[in-house]
Amino acid sequence: MELNYCKTTDKVIYNMPQEVDHHTARHISMELDHLIESAGIRNIIFDMKRTTFMDSSGIGIIIGRSRKLKYYDGGSVKVKNMSERIDLIFRSAGLYSIVEREEV
Amino acid sequence: MNNSTITNHITVSFDAFSVNEAFARTTVAIFMSELNPTLDQIDDVKTAVSEAVTNAIIHGYEVADDDKRTYCIDDKVSDNTVGCKNQIKNKYPQVVLNCSYEGRELTVEVIDKGVGISDIKQALEPLYTSKPQLERSGMGFSFMAAFMDELSVSSVPGHGTRVIMKKKL
Repeated sequence: MELNYCKTTDKVIYNMPQEVDHHTARHISMELDHLIESAGIRNIIFDMKRTTFMDSSGIGIIIGRSRKLKYYDGGSVKVKNMSERIDLIFRSAGLYSIVEREEV
Repeated sequence: MNNSTITNHITVSFDAFSVNEAFARTTVAIFMSELNPTLDQIDDVKTAVSEAVTNAIIHGYEVADDDKRTYCIDDKVSDNTVGCKNQIKNKYPQVVLNCSYEGRELTVEVIDKGVGISDIKQALEPLYTSKPQLERSGMGFSFMAAFMDELSVSSVPGHGTRVIMKKKL
């Protein structure tokens, strides 16, 4: 069983689940908001290596966390390990204008 | 000349719970598999169905989460239902999924009997969302339009919404 995330002082690498939809999104957002608000996390990397399905709810999670960090005076949001499919979803949503893609 | 066209149809009705979003898109993926679609086509349809069903649940029925997913056995169907004495009636709002194909054209309908949409033109605008507090990206209809060939939406405020999507495989 792999952990949902791996955290250092102010940075978290969040392992997104296999399927990211409205149903799974709620828990992910809650977990990340807790990390931002209570654990002082300011840099988030969404690791998409497990993710085979994502709809616009996933876009909502990423944009939402990015906005939240702005409210807390900055920080960064990055994504990595996208499959071709997930990359297509990100591009369709224009997400790369908001978050950086981390080269692995 | 033999002009016979292969056809098929299913109707599925399910409770408007977010846990059923994965069920709905997987059902459509299995239904269309007889047509030997490409993996990209399956993914396109799954994304579009997921968007439509999510809309029906959170906008149509305004179910923010599944916390109210409890039921009472009091409402069981009794007597003449052979072998199903504890069958639970449709106590919850239903989302109806109609899937069909004629030849290689797949049609998916997602129907709810929820609040409806008063301004469809506005709802279809990219990035518009009536529920920013729920972190909706406003991209649902854009994704449906992008990943399917045809999208049509009809709605009667107070009575519900019907989304029809078509894709040639």
